[in-house]
Amino acid sequence: MSSIPDASSTALTPSLARRLPLEWLGVVPFFLFAIMFLIWPTLFLIVGAFQDQAGNFTFQNIADLFQPSIMSAYWISIRISLASALGGALIGFFLAWAIVLGRLPSWLRPTVLTFSGVASNFAGVPLAFAFLATLGRTGLVTVLLKNYLGFNLYATGFNLLSFLGLTLTYLFFQIPLMVLILTPALDGLKKEWREAASILGATSTQYWRMVAFPILWPSLLGTSLLLFANAFGAIATAYALTGSSLNIVPILLYAQIRGDVLHNQNLGYALALGMIVITGASNVLYIWLRMRAERWLK
Amino acid sequence: MKTQRIGAWIAFAIGAIYFLVPLIGTFEFSLRMRRGEYSFDAYRVVFSDPNFQATFGYSTILGLMTIVFGVLLVVPTAYWIRLRLPHLRPIVEFITLMPLVIPAIVIVFGYLRIYNSSSILPFTGSRRMTDLLLMFGYVTLSLPYMYRAVDTAMRAIDVRTLTEAAESLGAGWPTILFKVIFPNVLSGVLSGAFITFAIVIGEFTLASLLNRPAFGPYLQLVGANRAYEPSALAVISFAITWFSMALIQLVSRLNKFKVPSV
Repeated sequence: MSSIPDASSTALTPSLARRLPLEWLGVVPFFLFAIMFLIWPTLFLIVGAFQDQAGNFTFQNIADLFQPSIMSAYWISIRISLASALGGALIGFFLAWAIVLGRLPSWLRPTVLTFSGVASNFAGVPLAFAFLATLGRTGLVTVLLKNYLGFNLYATGFNLLSFLGLTLTYLFFQIPLMVLILTPALDGLKKEWREAASILGATSTQYWRMVAFPILWPSLLGTSLLLFANAFGAIATAYALTGSSLNIVPILLYAQIRGDVLHNQNLGYALALGMIVITGASNVLYIWLRMRAERWLK
Repeated sequence: MKTQRIGAWIAFAIGAIYFLVPLIGTFEFSLRMRRGEYSFDAYRVVFSDPNFQATFGYSTILGLMTIVFGVLLVVPTAYWIRLRLPHLRPIVEFITLMPLVIPAIVIVFGYLRIYNSSSILPFTGSRRMTDLLLMFGYVTLSLPYMYRAVDTAMRAIDVRTLTEAAESLGAGWPTILFKVIFPNVLSGVLSGAFITFAIVIGEFTLASLLNRPAFGPYLQLVGANRAYEPSALAVISFAITWFSMALIQLVSRLNKFKVPSV
């Protein structure tokens, strides 16, 4: 950041000074691209969510979102995203803690971080295949449990194509993401704080409760929100895993785009708006919390 | 201290089991095609499937086009923002992060509505134009990663001095951009390129809704109709992701430049 002098302090060469009023031209391609392929398409849907079929302003589409079938889609989406975000945050935290502060052999840390980089990007359709091959009806774990322990996983009511199954699958990219983001935060916990605490007679529990956790909670909560948004917008894994049998919002929207299953184009826009509002709100909170977190962890 | 170490090992062991078992399970499943013994039949079937070759080729070309277009869009913009328009930085950064906030399915929904065949810009009117729209969509999806990678690399060099030195030697803008700035941010460009490739190669939502024969929709189709081939494809996809990430690490190690973690 410090390497950018402000514009006034620089002596421009004459040829550049003459072009000065036109320097905004340099970012025109970027803004044109962003407007055409990001901002306009999004705004179009947002505006459409507040219009009826004839183009008049209305709140009817928003009100229509509150019908049971759509509400249940939002509800199960929120539950899966929440469960996978909290699970990812919790397990990710312990993993990050283990490699940063757990006194494990030093080669483990780069190994875990590299693997996390790969696994956090291994989402989409292939991830669904991996879990079907592992926990599906003829998957490795299911078969091993049945053959060697006589335990029939599917007799317990477990189903990979369900809330629990999808949450378990999403954790595969949620946990590594948490590890990647939280490791620098744990690195930022200064040794001196711990030493100061123990000199003052604090136990390990007191140190975590009264020093480390108050510093870490914005990172923890912020990253959980990021994981939440991450799971909420994901569709490929769920679609490949469950087809359209699990009624989550992205799958409902997919069906709506494909074949107008809601029989109302503008209600589809409202459905998309609802997704933007939820992922947007969790990201805004994330950014706010990250700014709080950076106060201590610089 | 001892309990701490045991706790750390337990955390590591649980993590290792959770992450390795699905990978082992997938690999084991992909070998089961021939009854009664392990074989690589599923891989043979996959690799000789003309649809595999066609869709993989299509996505590869699309990935390369996305990288070229993304680099041409991002490098000059990041350069210009650093050199001349630092006050626009927050806005540009905000825009580049938007694709992480707005789900891909929402973005493509917007495309389908405003670029349909009866609009002013009928991108979805012909196949070639739809390919172009898909590429623009992928550039959008990879924007957060590409921009951050390039911008981080640009932070490490003195853009202003390099520019002035090149100018005083009589270089024009194309020379400055492509012969001076570009080689200096190559590490960032490459990191951005590999992550872009990893995103594009198996992407499902955009390709499926724009009805293009990409690798992602092919994977989904195979998954819905076959038993053992999907696991083989999952193993192949995992290898591709691993390969892209390994290249990023290699590039960053060679340049002693830290890749942004997200």
